[in-house]
Amino acid sequence: MKEILNTISVWILPAIITIILLYGMYKKAPLYEDFCDGAKEGFWVAVKILPYLVAIMVAIAMFRASGALDFLYNILKTPLETLKIPADTLSLMITRSLSGSATLGLFSEIVNTHGADSYAAKLSAVITGSSETTFYVIAVYFGAVGIKKFRHAILTGILADIVGIFCAIVVSRLFFYS
Amino acid sequence: MNYIWLFLIITSFIFAAINGKMTDVVDAMLKSSQSAVTIAFSLIGIMAFWLGMVKIAKNSGLINIFSRLISPIMKLIFKDVKKDSEAFSNIALNFSANALGLTNAATPFGIKAMEDLQKENKKDKKVATNSMCTLLAMNTAGFQLVPASVLAILVAAGAKNPTEIILPVLIVTSISFISAIIISKILERVF
Repeated sequence: MKEILNTISVWILPAIITIILLYGMYKKAPLYEDFCDGAKEGFWVAVKILPYLVAIMVAIAMFRASGALDFLYNILKTPLETLKIPADTLSLMITRSLSGSATLGLFSEIVNTHGADSYAAKLSAVITGSSETTFYVIAVYFGAVGIKKFRHAILTGILADIVGIFCAIVVSRLFFYS
Repeated sequence: MNYIWLFLIITSFIFAAINGKMTDVVDAMLKSSQSAVTIAFSLIGIMAFWLGMVKIAKNSGLINIFSRLISPIMKLIFKDVKKDSEAFSNIALNFSANALGLTNAATPFGIKAMEDLQKENKKDKKVATNSMCTLLAMNTAGFQLVPASVLAILVAAGAKNPTEIILPVLIVTSISFISAIIISKILERVF
């Protein structure tokens, strides 16, 4: 299964590119001109998302550095331990929606301290692998089209992440807990 | 967003003052603004490439054909998008690239889809439409078939059977993906 998916992942993009070009040729489209015409927007997309990315990433980095998360961590630690959820995975759960690179860092740390075959490592793997960095995605996608009022987007992202974390805990318990 | 942003920064200041971590906070502020620039600019190359490809596909009519092909399914989720909208094929490409773990390719398609949805936004261009929020929910839920980066870390750490996490991840990511869409459908009536 994994090999098949890997092959698809490697082949799909070159295949899409080939199809796009062959169809364009068949329709006698000016391929090179069209490509360059579209590609010049790439730079402006980056420029457009920059202010949103700075605003959100700086606020989250400051929040993380201030130790506010440790406070949340200390409150939630005892109830979670009684539910047999390793306390180290808690910081991962809190960080997941906030920062992608920090999440991967925390995940590596848990794998190294608890061992790659521990329950904590597997639960962390499921949490990390099954979600995206909500705030980053919002900054990039809404930033690119100049949306400033997000309406229910953030709440949706956070609620879905919470659902995901609960599922991760239940599913990991069923699959890995012994 | 105003309040969330304000909340994050003000609480940072308060906690930094209590914990004596003001230098860390200042440091984080400088470093993260720098890394925001790095991230945004590292997107330029791949973004330019895919936007170029999308342009060819658009002008040759391929996007249009593909959109019409998948619009019956897409219409179920994105009700207020026009039937022949090009957003549909970009949304489908965005979803497929995400599912295959090709985040770099997914972002340009997603942004292109957002632009298509913005074109159809007849109200205030600064306010997200229902469809935009649903597309965003699909992306923040992060549906993917194989979690490549997580597997890489497990393999590097010498896990005995790293692939055993694939099925649980697939179950969890599917549930949170579906609930993200449902939650956004429910909340769009409230906000």
